[in-house]
Amino acid sequence: MNAIETDKLTKTYGSSRGITELELSVAKGDFFGFIGPNGAGKSTTIRTLLGLISPTSGSAKVLGCDIVSQKNEILGRVGYLPSEINFASGMKVKDVIKYSADLRHKNCREKSGVLCERLGIDTGKKVDDLSLGNRKKVGIVCAIQHEPELLILDEPTSGLDPLMQREFFDILTEQNKKGATIFFSSHILSEVQSHCNTAAFIRDGRIIVYDSVCKLEETGAKKVEVVGTFEGGDLKGISDLKNDGNSTSFLFKGDIRELLKTLADCKLQNVNITEPTLEEIFMNYYEA
Amino acid sequence: MVIFRQEIRQQRLSLIIWSLSIGLLVAVCVLMYPDMKSEMDGVNDIFSSMGNFTAAFGMDQLNFGTLIGFYAVEGGNILGIGGAFFAAITGISALMKEERDRTAEFLMTHPVSRRRVITEKLVSTFTLIILLNAIVLACSWISVVMINEEIEWKEVLLIHLAFLILQFEIAGICFGISAFISRSGIGIGIGIAAVMYFINLVANISEDAKVLKYITAFGYTEGADIIHDHGLKMEYVIPGMVFMLIGIVAGYVKYSRKDIRA
Repeated sequence: MNAIETDKLTKTYGSSRGITELELSVAKGDFFGFIGPNGAGKSTTIRTLLGLISPTSGSAKVLGCDIVSQKNEILGRVGYLPSEINFASGMKVKDVIKYSADLRHKNCREKSGVLCERLGIDTGKKVDDLSLGNRKKVGIVCAIQHEPELLILDEPTSGLDPLMQREFFDILTEQNKKGATIFFSSHILSEVQSHCNTAAFIRDGRIIVYDSVCKLEETGAKKVEVVGTFEGGDLKGISDLKNDGNSTSFLFKGDIRELLKTLADCKLQNVNITEPTLEEIFMNYYEA
Repeated sequence: MVIFRQEIRQQRLSLIIWSLSIGLLVAVCVLMYPDMKSEMDGVNDIFSSMGNFTAAFGMDQLNFGTLIGFYAVEGGNILGIGGAFFAAITGISALMKEERDRTAEFLMTHPVSRRRVITEKLVSTFTLIILLNAIVLACSWISVVMINEEIEWKEVLLIHLAFLILQFEIAGICFGISAFISRSGIGIGIGIAAVMYFINLVANISEDAKVLKYITAFGYTEGADIIHDHGLKMEYVIPGMVFMLIGIVAGYVKYSRKDIRA
C-alpha cells in the first residue's frame, strides 16, 4: 500500500489554477522530495491532502484513507509542518507543544523533551518572541512528537541555519529508519538530492517528472549562454538550444573539452557557463 | 474540551477587563443613587419633559425616583451597550481569528473535526458571556447592598436575563458571520451591535417604527417594559432567538466545508 496515492486530484480557486489532475504516489517508508518553483502547486497539493481545502475533483488516499471522508483518521496518523507556522499569541513554547499533544489525546512529553533538547529550543519563551526559524523548530516538535506514520513537511528548512538543517535531517532520517514515510516539499534541489530516495517535480499544477533521485543525479548538465556568433549546433550533448539575435543559450551534457574547443573557434564576445536551474535540469533530463 | 480550555485561557484577560469595566460603571451609578435621590423629584420632571430624548431612553415610563427605575435606565444602558459590544467582538472573532492570526493551519491539521472545533468555540463564546454577566451582576449586587436600599430583585434579575439573551443573540449572529470572513471583522460586529441599539432608539421615539422592535435585540431589553410586565416580551425574544439560531446554523454549514486560507 502507498502512503500517498492521488487520482486526478484537481483543485481550482475560482478561475485560477491550483493543481490539475495530479497523479502522485508515494510508497510507504519512502523519503520523498516534492520539488517545484513558488506557486507551482506544492502547498495546494499538501493542503488538499490534509483536508484544509477540499478537492474540486478527483480523489486521494493517505495511508489508505480517503482524504475527504476519513480526514480525522488521516490527521491522527500524520505529522504536518506548514511552511509558515504561527501560534496563538501569548502562549509559551511548552504550552504550544502540550496543546498539540492534547489535541491528539496523547502524552508525548518524553519525545518532545528529547526533540527540544536536540533542536535547542527554549521552552519557557513566549511564542511571540520567536524568530521564523525558532517557530519552525517548535513546529517540527509538534509534527514529530507523536511519532506519526507519515510526515508531511512544507518547505521545512526555510529559516533554519545550516547546523539546524543538518540536525533536522538527522531526525527525519531516524524517523524514516523507524518506518515513517517522509514527504517534503522544497525548491532547493541539493536538499532533495542529498536526502531523498524519490523525487517529483511539479510545475503549473502538474507533475512533470517523477523518478528516483539516483537517476536524476546522473544529469550533469551545464547551462551555457554565449554572446556572438555561435556555430556549434551539431555538437554532441546540446539540448534546449535557444537563439535570440546575437545571443544563444543551451544546455550541455557531455565532454566539457569538446564544448570548450567549439567555443574557442567561435567569434564570441562573452560566455557564461552556470549550473542550470532546477527546472532546466528536469526538463533536460526528460528530453535527453 | 481542549479547544474550549484554550479559548477561555486566551480570552481571560479580555473577559476580566470588560466585566470589571461594565461592572464597576454599573456599581458607580448605583453608589451615586443615594445622593441623587433627594434631588430626584426635580430631575424626574426635567427628564420626563424632554420629548423624544425621554422616549428614546424609555424614561417617560420609568420613575427615576425609585432605585429600580434608575437602575433600569443607567445600569441597563451600560450593560446593554458594553455587553453587546463584548458579545459582538467575542462572537465575530471566534472562528475568524484562526485564519486572521494564521493559526488555523496548525489547529486544523490535528485530528479534530471541523464540527468539533465549531462546537467548542461556540460553547466557549457563550461561557464567556455568562461569566461576564455573572461578574456584572455580582458588582451590581454588592453596590446595592452597600447603599442599603430596597430594590425589586426579581425585576433586576429579569433585566439582567434580558441582556444575557441579547448578548447570546448578537454573539450567535456574529458567530455565523465569523465563519464567512477570514480577516478582521471586528468592525462588522461592533457595527451590528451599534445599529441594533440605534434602531431601538428610533423604535422608542416613533410609534410608527414600533415594528422595528422585532428586528433589534434591544427590543426585549427595555427596562420600562420589564418592570411593567414583570417579564420579558416574548414576541420580541422569539424572533431574536430565531436570528441567533440562523447565525449559528450558518456558521456550522459554512465552516465545516470552508477552504482554510494559508
